[in-house]
Amino acid sequence: MNTSRHNHAIAAAALYWTLIAASAAAEPGSVSSGTPQPPADGPPAVAQPEETMHDMGSMDMSSMQGGRAPADARDPDYSDGQSMSPMPGMAESMDDDTRFGKLLFDQFEYVHGDNANGLAVDAQAYYGSDTDKLWLKLDGERTGGRLGETRTEALWAHATSAFWDTQLGVRHDFGDGPGRNWAAFGVQGLSPYWFDVEATAYVGQSGRTALRLEAEYDLLLTQKLIVTPDIEINAYGKRDPARQIGSGLSNVELGVRLRYEIARQFAPYVGFDWNRRVGGTADLVRTAGEPAFDHQIVAGIRFWF
Amino acid sequence: MFSRGLPFDTGRRRFVQGLALGGAAAALGLRSGRALATPSTNAMPELSGTEFHLEIGEIPVNFTGAPRVATVINGSLPGPILRWREGTEVTLRVTNRLRVQTSLHWHGIVLPADMDGVPGFSFPGIAPGETFVYRFPVRQSGTYWYHSHSKFQEQTGVFAPLIIDPAGPDPLRSDREHVVMLNDWTDKDPDLIYATLKRQSDFFNFAQPTAPQFFHDVANMGLQNALAKRRMWNTMRMMPTDLSDVSGATYTYLMNGASPATNWTGLFRPGERVRLRFINGSASTLFDVRIPGLKLTVVAADGQAVEPVDVDEFRIATAETYDVIVQPDADRAFTIFAQSMDRTGFARGTLAPRAGMEAEVPRVDARPWLSMVDMMGAMGVGMDMGGMSHGHGGNMHHDSPMADMPMPHDAMQGMQHGDLAGMDHAGIDQAAMNHGAMPGMQHGNGTAMPTVHHARTEYGYTTDMRVDMPRTNLDDPGVGLRNNGWRVLTYADLHTLGGSLYNTPPQREIELHLTGNMERFVWSFDGQKYSDAKPVHFRYGERLRIVLVNDTMMTHPIHLHGMWSEVESPDGEFQVRKHTVNVQPAQRVTYLVTADARGHWAYHCHLLYHMEAGMFREVVVA
Repeated sequence: MNTSRHNHAIAAAALYWTLIAASAAAEPGSVSSGTPQPPADGPPAVAQPEETMHDMGSMDMSSMQGGRAPADARDPDYSDGQSMSPMPGMAESMDDDTRFGKLLFDQFEYVHGDNANGLAVDAQAYYGSDTDKLWLKLDGERTGGRLGETRTEALWAHATSAFWDTQLGVRHDFGDGPGRNWAAFGVQGLSPYWFDVEATAYVGQSGRTALRLEAEYDLLLTQKLIVTPDIEINAYGKRDPARQIGSGLSNVELGVRLRYEIARQFAPYVGFDWNRRVGGTADLVRTAGEPAFDHQIVAGIRFWF
Repeated sequence: MFSRGLPFDTGRRRFVQGLALGGAAAALGLRSGRALATPSTNAMPELSGTEFHLEIGEIPVNFTGAPRVATVINGSLPGPILRWREGTEVTLRVTNRLRVQTSLHWHGIVLPADMDGVPGFSFPGIAPGETFVYRFPVRQSGTYWYHSHSKFQEQTGVFAPLIIDPAGPDPLRSDREHVVMLNDWTDKDPDLIYATLKRQSDFFNFAQPTAPQFFHDVANMGLQNALAKRRMWNTMRMMPTDLSDVSGATYTYLMNGASPATNWTGLFRPGERVRLRFINGSASTLFDVRIPGLKLTVVAADGQAVEPVDVDEFRIATAETYDVIVQPDADRAFTIFAQSMDRTGFARGTLAPRAGMEAEVPRVDARPWLSMVDMMGAMGVGMDMGGMSHGHGGNMHHDSPMADMPMPHDAMQGMQHGDLAGMDHAGIDQAAMNHGAMPGMQHGNGTAMPTVHHARTEYGYTTDMRVDMPRTNLDDPGVGLRNNGWRVLTYADLHTLGGSLYNTPPQREIELHLTGNMERFVWSFDGQKYSDAKPVHFRYGERLRIVLVNDTMMTHPIHLHGMWSEVESPDGEFQVRKHTVNVQPAQRVTYLVTADARGHWAYHCHLLYHMEAGMFREVVVA
């Protein structure tokens, strides 16, 4: 594995993000609050390129996306009570209400850790219409011959806005201690700047609660060579020593993977994962004689159907 | 974001340009006895008269080296040219030899609704093994086409040219004519393409912004400008290179059924006036057409004669037709070059005095980014520096293609205000500077900025953006053609001879917004997919103004069946009569319709995957 190339990729990603974040922070107020301009029939203005660039970046686009329909929004019903043609045959010509499915193995990899080697999987599948889908998720690993923390979820996803779905369903954890069941409520979607985001809250038995945040970003080095940093944060409302979980922030997992899309649907990759357990969870893990900080080298295949 | 030309490897080149001996020709011996020849001369089968028998069936084809099955009319791809005469009555017996429903729709033809050929509206479709008899009077002339209106059969080959000769002598004098029908062939099953777009909508886009390009821009234009160039796209989650859903990554572009390597050839004698009947019969591709070395005189649009206009290049949207006169004086070959709007490939043919000749084939142009006017309409005017010229001076010439990009200083300094014919560009400059005061503003030409009315259904998951201040000018050739050094046709150049057919003012206005969600690949009118919407009622006999506002960053050719769409200029004057109206991103276009044809009619985006995804309405004239 070419570590120096990988470090370059990580450095490039970090720089890119830093620049994006810096520019977002420096963004001035929206245009609508700007100072009045000369009337339209005034003398021709000479645009200063810098100023125009500045305007372009600070343009307020918030009214262009999302939001709620104003009370006086137009009624799209122009039917005047006319009904659709009773003629058969349309079902065989139109396709706007078809259901589709997808199975994505986002991570399917060999894991080389400090203490143990093994396999890890992060997979998602869905089936359904544009508005409503059934999602299945699996995230787990088997290292050193034993099943590690493994999370499975079955969720009903409903499209609520252009870029976001709400998700409602159940989660079952197994491996590493007794099994746990949870009710799950969350959102999944695409945030500005193209981050794939999942945020899910869970309520379990015996008053357990949990929160999981995950974000992933595709940084294109070329059209086919793609760096994907991702971050996952878990927090729990209540201690669960049987599963080595303390209350509060439990762990932060950072990963970065470099994949090459031989085809859109098939991409081998290599990467790193850092898992830092914190707080009570870290104490429990250390007590069990394991390190709270874990890093892994991974190599796998990302593929979907 | 400019990569000059396309770096093809050998396998890729064969894929894009096709097999020299491939195509439908390989299979044609079965039916028509067309000779297997390369280059192919104008061997498209032609049927004329008033009685026709057409069969829709399957044939084996090979355009790329991989054998495939196409669905075609009378065993050829495209199907046979039908030649009708105005004033006659035609009878067409259409037999379905497929295992699924089929249909034929006569695109742009004014006829009774039950002859229009849209399954589920005017007839139930043609079931396997059945024959449907179409019979109707022909009341127009010009260049049209016909195609299946069932599922994805247009993509797999059920399309063909339709030529109607005028009842009297043709006022468009020419010594010779050729049909030039363009389409996009794919070896993939279109059902799979559609499903793929639903699963990953940017699947076919291999020109996405990359990190190295960002650093390149930082080096060239400074950090602040490089960030600014990307900020809006990233904030809005919009792809600046999303010019077409399906690209040359899977398409091989054909001219009269011939791949670029096969090189369809049309013959001429030097000095002749040659009429070229261009038809875009593609499923999902807009083409930009040039014939290097020849002036193109556009004489008809969508079958309707227009005041002749000389251009170097024109964009032909899916389902549009343009008649062009060329007069090659030299005893040499000329390349007909039709590159896809997204610059991922091209269809190519040759005009030559003798078969077997070739001329140089131009390189595909650089792939542009969408500009601010494509995203924000009038609000974006001026924001890309060259924005004023983008919006209001289609004929401006720039040395640098960079002028189309939202950034450079030199593009600004290089602008030629003198070319802004008839426009009060001082006012436009102010508009560009004066975002805060926009709502009450006047256009440079004195027309009040129109108010848009978003539908209450445009605030849900189907709609990823809305344009509050669309641009209304028609003199923009569109993304990728602005300031490219050529005289490029725009809708502002098109004036139908004889003016409106009706000349009555509109009694009513219907506003519809073109909406979509690129990420989810959901397309609609007013944020409502076909299956979620009610029909649109036109009162029989009324004169209507249709207001289309494009709330997306894609270009949509909108086709109303059964009635003409008489496009208006921004100040409400009659402009051009069309059957398919191409609406650019963030543009507002209006046209008048006389609802003189009772029945149920289809109204939709002619990009096949948009239509299938729901950008479709039923119109009821009653």
